[in-house]
This record gives sequence, C-alpha cells and structure tokens, in this order.
Amino acid sequence: MARLIWRVAPWAVVLALAAAWEIFAASGAVTPFMLPRLSVVLERIRADGASGELWQNLAYTLYRSFAGFFIAGALGIPLGILIGRNRAVRWLFDPLISVGFPMPKIAFLPIVTLWLGFHDVSKITMVVLDASFPVVTAAIAGTMSVERELLWSARNCGARGAALLREVVLPAALPQIFTGLQVALPIALIVAIVAEMKMGGVGLGGAMITATRFADSPGVFAGIVEIAVAGYVLVKLMAVLRRRLLLWHPEALAPATV
Amino acid sequence: MRLGLVSADVLPSLSAVASAWWNLAIDPDLWRNAAASLYRGGAGLALAIVVGGALGIAMAWWRPVNALASPLVEMLYPMPKSALIPVTVLWLGFGDGSKILLIFLGCMLPVTLGAFNGARSCEQALVWSARSMGASRLNVLWDVVVPSALPELLNGIRTALALSFILLVSSELIVARAGLGYLIGFLGEGGVYDAMFAVVLMVAFLGFFADRVYMLAASRVLRWRD
Repeated sequence: MARLIWRVAPWAVVLALAAAWEIFAASGAVTPFMLPRLSVVLERIRADGASGELWQNLAYTLYRSFAGFFIAGALGIPLGILIGRNRAVRWLFDPLISVGFPMPKIAFLPIVTLWLGFHDVSKITMVVLDASFPVVTAAIAGTMSVERELLWSARNCGARGAALLREVVLPAALPQIFTGLQVALPIALIVAIVAEMKMGGVGLGGAMITATRFADSPGVFAGIVEIAVAGYVLVKLMAVLRRRLLLWHPEALAPATV
Repeated sequence: MRLGLVSADVLPSLSAVASAWWNLAIDPDLWRNAAASLYRGGAGLALAIVVGGALGIAMAWWRPVNALASPLVEMLYPMPKSALIPVTVLWLGFGDGSKILLIFLGCMLPVTLGAFNGARSCEQALVWSARSMGASRLNVLWDVVVPSALPELLNGIRTALALSFILLVSSELIVARAGLGYLIGFLGEGGVYDAMFAVVLMVAFLGFFADRVYMLAASRVLRWRD
C-alpha cells in the first residue's frame, strides 16, 4: 500500500500543477495572453496534431537533433577512446578540448549560418559542435579509468590491439560513455531548437518563434508543452536503453533513478 | 587564410578580426552591451544558485518537500530550457527581465540536483554524532549537511555557469535590443563579418575564462578536503 502511494504521488503532483494552471488562468488574475488556460493549450495541440502540422514540426526537429547526435557519437566515441589510449593523440587534442569544452558554442551560430546557409546542414552542424564535447570527454574519462589489472591480465592471456580494445577497454568504458551520451542528447535537442528559433522555418522551435511574432500565446505554450514532453520521453528512453545495455554491469542492480 | 582559398567575408584573417575588435573596443558601445550581458547572466545565475541550492538541500532534508518537488524536478529537468525563450519574452518583454528569468529557470535545476545529491550522500554517522553531541537540527543542517554537500553543489553550479552562457547568448541572438548576443546578430545582419567574428570569439573566451576562474575559486573553497 505504501509503495503504491509513493508510485502515485509523483503523478498526483503533476496533475495538481496542471489543475493549478487551469484554475489560475481561468481566475482572471492574469490575461489569457500572458497565460492561456491549459485546456485551450491542449486543444491547440490536438488541433495541430489533427492537421498534421505538429508531426511535421516534430519530425524535423527530431531529425536534426538525432542526425547531429549520431554524428557526434560516431565521431566522439572513437576520438575519445583514441585520446584516452594514445599519448600523442592526447597531446594534440587536449588543448583543443580543454578550451572548446567550456566555450558557449552557440555563439558560433551566426558564423555557421554564414558558412553553410539556413538549411538543415548548418543546424545539424551546430548540434554536432555542441553535442560532441560531452561524448568525447566522457569517452576519454572512461578509457583512462579502465583498471590496469584488467588490462594486464588480458595482455597476459594474449589479447592484443583490436581484441584488447573490443573485449576489455570498450565494455569497461561503456558506463561512462553512456553517461556522456545521456548528457549529449538533451543538448542536441536544445541546440536544434535554438537554431530553428534563430533561423526560422519548419520545426518546433521555428513554429514557436512564429507564434511569438504573431502574439499567438496558445501557440507558444503549446510549443513548450510539446518540447517538454519530447525531452522527457527522450531522456526516459535513454535511461531504459542504459539499463538494457548495461544489464551485465553491477550498476544495473542499483534501484532506478531519474 | 591569406592564400585566397576562401573569400575574406567567409573567414576574415585573424589580423582583420583583431583590428575589428580593437575598433569595437575603443567604442563604448561594446562595453555597454557587455555590461548588459554580464548583468543579466550574473543576476540570473545568482538567483538560481540561492534558490536552487536551498531547494536541493531542503529536498534532501525533509521528506515531504522531496515528495512534492522531486516529480516536478524530474519532469522539468530534461526539458530544453531554450523553449522558454518565447514565453519569457511574452511575460516580461524584450529587456533585462526576460533574460534574467530565463537564466534563473534554466540554471536552477542543475544546482538543485547537485545540492540534493550532495546532501543525500552525507554520511548518516556524521549526522548522528553531531546530534548526539547536542547540535540542534538546524545546526546539523548548516555545519554538517551543507559542507558535505558542497563538492556536488559546486559541480552543479559549474554546469549552471556553462548553461547560463548558452541561454544568455541564444536569448540575446533571438530577441534583444542590447547585449553581446544582440551585437553578434546585428553585426552579422549588417554584413560586418570581421567584427562579428571578433565578438563571437570574445564571447567564447569569456565563457572559457569564467569556467577557469570558477574552477580555481571552487578548488579554493574545497581546500579543507584531503
């Protein structure tokens, strides 16, 4: 019974917040322009969904985020492992990463637009630029923290080069690499949306900024709810995937968090 | 760059960027915009640290607070905060208020989570021994829980610092009438690309510098550990 209450309580809080939104907006304390009623916003989302506009915007935004995210992963993981394993590569890339990591990469948005135009390529490039740093740094940290005893015993058993990398280093570094990917995914979504807001066009961010320009506040709030749900689902999916992929790892025994 | 491989508009030479920065720097306009950005970022971040840190520690310390707040935190944490840019504009207009609110909302949750995880991992034995030595609950909170939460809290603040730059620049790029992000957009639309590159690099190095200074200060604060 007590467990049931703790499972239901989070949803109760969310429902209470939704009810508070509806009541506060309907009370007339604020104008509908400042805060439209939740029911109006939900009705708007339903209408957008029925007309197909919502799915088109969502598809474009997710396409850009995922394209950038996968490129960042495909470049970042091998690069990070290489940096972690090879002293010369580390010497070459270390300054680049320690300067690039804390920089606000979003400031380069106008430059990337200037180089690559207003279309998907420049938006995806921005996503790659921002999302690859967490992946690279996590892959470096994961590779460098592989226990030496593991490497020694694998070498003793005759593992060399590629086999050592595939059988020992990669699995041992995987939890940290996955953490990096979990950090990178919401970043990819944020950057895709900001790029759409700045450059306009189809996509959740573009639709929101158009709604702002036309002072269409249900449209703005519909965008927020859509983006919040999309972000929540993506983060949850990553957590589920992590538990699946790392089933062999001791961390899978720990209770699930966030 | 000098070889003419690319046009000077697309990638101005470093010397052109440097001289463009100097031309901007002797004009008070650059500094007025920089001061506007700094004020927004600083105010938003300060609010986020105070409110977010207090909330995180309260969540770890009182179970009802946790039960109420953690579903909201869990739901809102993965939300891309840049989605709030249009709403803050709707509420507070084009000026400082909307940027400060955005940075506050965006930076609060990493601080909250850092404080929460830090305070929760505080060793129970320390709390018990402090209590048995006669410390009141509030004393324990201040003298035991807060210091042991500090490393994770400071880590959360570092994330928030990086986020504050991202939110500041993106909100100023999209809607503003002052600030460094606005200046970048303004110069870019005007086609003054060497000056735009100069401001972009200035923002990037400000972000880098802020992070380094913060890391130094944080290691100072944590000097009592080991």
